[in-house]
Amino acid sequence: MKRRGTFLLTVAAFGYAFLYVPIVSVVVYSFNESRLVTLWGGFSLRWYKALLENEEILDAALLSLQIAVVSASVATVFGTLAGLALHRIGRFKGRTLLTGMITSPLVMPEIITGISLLFLFITLTDWIGWPGNRGAMTITIAHITFAMAYVAVVVRSRLTGSDESLEEAAMDLGGRPLRVFFDITVPMIAPAMISGWLLAFTLSLDDVVIASFVSGPGATTLPMLIFSKVKLGVTPDINALATVIIVLVSLGVITAAMITRKKQL
Amino acid sequence: MPSRELRGDGRRRWLRRALVVPYAWLLLFFLAPFLIIFKISFADPLVALPPFTPLFDWAASGWERFQVTLDNYLFLFQDRYYGVIYLSSIKTAAISTFLCLLIGYPMAYYIARQPPRRRNLLLLGVILPFWISFLLRVYAWIGLLNTNGVINNVLLSIGLIDEPLSLIYNDFAVYVGIVYSYLPFMILPLYANLERLDITLLEAAADLGAKRWRAFVDVTLPLSVPGIIAGSLLVFIPAIGEFIIPALLGGSDTLMIGRALWDEFFINRDWPVASAVSVVLLLILVLPMMWFQKVQGQEVEDRR
Repeated sequence: MKRRGTFLLTVAAFGYAFLYVPIVSVVVYSFNESRLVTLWGGFSLRWYKALLENEEILDAALLSLQIAVVSASVATVFGTLAGLALHRIGRFKGRTLLTGMITSPLVMPEIITGISLLFLFITLTDWIGWPGNRGAMTITIAHITFAMAYVAVVVRSRLTGSDESLEEAAMDLGGRPLRVFFDITVPMIAPAMISGWLLAFTLSLDDVVIASFVSGPGATTLPMLIFSKVKLGVTPDINALATVIIVLVSLGVITAAMITRKKQL
Repeated sequence: MPSRELRGDGRRRWLRRALVVPYAWLLLFFLAPFLIIFKISFADPLVALPPFTPLFDWAASGWERFQVTLDNYLFLFQDRYYGVIYLSSIKTAAISTFLCLLIGYPMAYYIARQPPRRRNLLLLGVILPFWISFLLRVYAWIGLLNTNGVINNVLLSIGLIDEPLSLIYNDFAVYVGIVYSYLPFMILPLYANLERLDITLLEAAADLGAKRWRAFVDVTLPLSVPGIIAGSLLVFIPAIGEFIIPALLGGSDTLMIGRALWDEFFINRDWPVASAVSVVLLLILVLPMMWFQKVQGQEVEDRR
């Protein structure tokens, strides 16, 4: 029994090391004075300074944040409605189609989503002159489409096993449907909506492939910019940028974990 | 007082109305694009923008303008290049999935056996990398695997090797990248499954004199099959179409369909062939996708 315990512990330790060594190494090398990523030239913040002065990166980051906020918000509304409908309306026309359309984006290769949406935008522009130039708007539309699937899944799993009696009681007391929805249903599924929003936000901030297809000249998101830079190898300023993102995300995830834990207690 | 039926209807009516918007959205931005890609895969390539012949010319009347060709699909089947790429993508995805299972199963098992407090912390440790940008995590491996990167430097300095190993821009690096990026997708469903596992069954097996190893093979392993399937599909499906990992870590001879598709589209600019490649890729993925939906459906039923 003891031997087995050691075996599991060893594999687990190796697994966690595997997960974290790359992340830690990026953080460490972001403080490297040397331009050569391989040699340690002493501690320095010069790459962070370079980052702050790099307008190309800052512009891309701003654009990405805007797209992420808008697409995550719309996706949360749409995804919640779809999740609610699939859970609460037993049978309706086109239910199977909706189920298929809302779950397929989860397993669809990004590259196909990207190509097919680009074809759609070109065809639409051909027919009705919209959306015309591709850029922030077409990226936002693409992100809403795949992110709402994730939101719907999160909301549906929250609704599974939820108690409908509160809503029914409110209806019995004469509550109007919309009122009941905002006073009772929304607070009940709020945690799922928040995690859905965060998931959608993260996915949008992280997407290279779909954005590369549906974007046009002039609209370069942060991941697109990073991708074009790192194709040529490691650069110290991207190390600094990565460290900033890693620290922000870690803080966010740990805070969220602590909040949910407190609530459980 | 309204009857139960009516009350339900009242709520459903506004939900039905509100549903129209996301429903229309999905029809326009998810379903329609697939019909278009399907349509273009039967079109002739043209050197123009958009670089394909219109399959239906809406201005022209009659069938004489209807152009449809199977050339793109014939090209895929005749050109051995594509057959090799599809097979090599499936192989890469399958091996990566197996490696993920090999590392992920003991990890999930280990976490599931810990006391609840530590369990949450360990789970957070698995989830955290998943929230950090996928692109940046792949990028991190460039720094590690480079010819003059961290791993080679460490191995050289302790004298284990005399000259740098070529760890990057080859298939090995692609495996490392895929296993690394998708490991959380394997661990989480496995953990969810192993955590719910009835420990009394194991105790019963032990009481009946089964050795630990035997009890694992005869009891735990069969019961965790749904978790293994869910985790494996969650790794296998996206790994087949993966683009970023082979593009950043693979060599010029790394054959992955995602990358070939990207090149066909952006470099060769042959959109009809790119569409045909996509349609065939979707056909390959249909079975694992349906399997996954079935597994997920059962999961939801079980929880009810």
